[in-house]
Amino acid sequence: METEFTPLASFGGGLMIGAAAVLLMAFHGRIFGATGILGGLFRFSDLSDWSLRAALIVGMAAGPLVYLLATGTPPELGQPVPAWAVALGGLIVGLGTSYGGGCTSGHGVCGIARFSHRSLVATACFMASAVLTVYVLRHVV
Amino acid sequence: MRLLSAFVIGLIFGLGITVSGMINPAKVLNFFDIAGTWDPSLAFVMAGALAVAVPGYRLVLARPAPVMESRFQLPETRAIDRKLVLGSAVFGLGWGIAGFCPGGALPALGTGARDVYIFLAALVVGLLAARWVQARTTATARPL
Repeated sequence: METEFTPLASFGGGLMIGAAAVLLMAFHGRIFGATGILGGLFRFSDLSDWSLRAALIVGMAAGPLVYLLATGTPPELGQPVPAWAVALGGLIVGLGTSYGGGCTSGHGVCGIARFSHRSLVATACFMASAVLTVYVLRHVV
Repeated sequence: MRLLSAFVIGLIFGLGITVSGMINPAKVLNFFDIAGTWDPSLAFVMAGALAVAVPGYRLVLARPAPVMESRFQLPETRAIDRKLVLGSAVFGLGWGIAGFCPGGALPALGTGARDVYIFLAALVVGLLAARWVQARTTATARPL
């Protein structure tokens, strides 16, 4: 199924993602990594740390609602794969990001922005692996 | 103040993910489908994010401390090891299967779409399983 090429909206959204990463570092001294923020939610030793993560996640989830209020249309969300594939993919993403130490936001944006060699390598690996996976699933199998 | 600031920063991120199209797994999978229904939009997301984050980090990290905390918490690991490479490759495999990544799925919680809840529940199971295993094996970083 084709999706519309949206260079302007995508670049604009990217600017906001970058701004959020910079603001989180400026105000709270932390890397904006979605996996790290979510993973820390399941450690309960430090309430102040926990509440910060929870506030970030509630803010993130408010994003599409504010978008709906501002534009009058809900964001488009396709269902390109069956539910079992979503579950399987989620499990694998959890294992991989845990061992790889981050995901697209942590390595791909924040890590590369501070020229971390680890993050450059990680980003190259997960991008290449995702391209290969989609190629195999859509064109080989 | 601290929590309000975190909420607003999360909201900016969530809006960015929504506006950019990263929230849509169909768009994400098409970004990877170079040989098929390729949609290069997400390269523009990365470009936009880095256009702000590269100079922004440079300015911010030149300061002695963040506004609301006593110090910057930056990752200290430097090793490019098997764990990093294989873990990231495994992440790419899951991303290519589901079309969601954690940064896309957390904002998508707000859409109420069923798949997001399935993805995030499975993601948390994976994260906690990996944490459990890692706590039980001696974490020695092997060079690649």
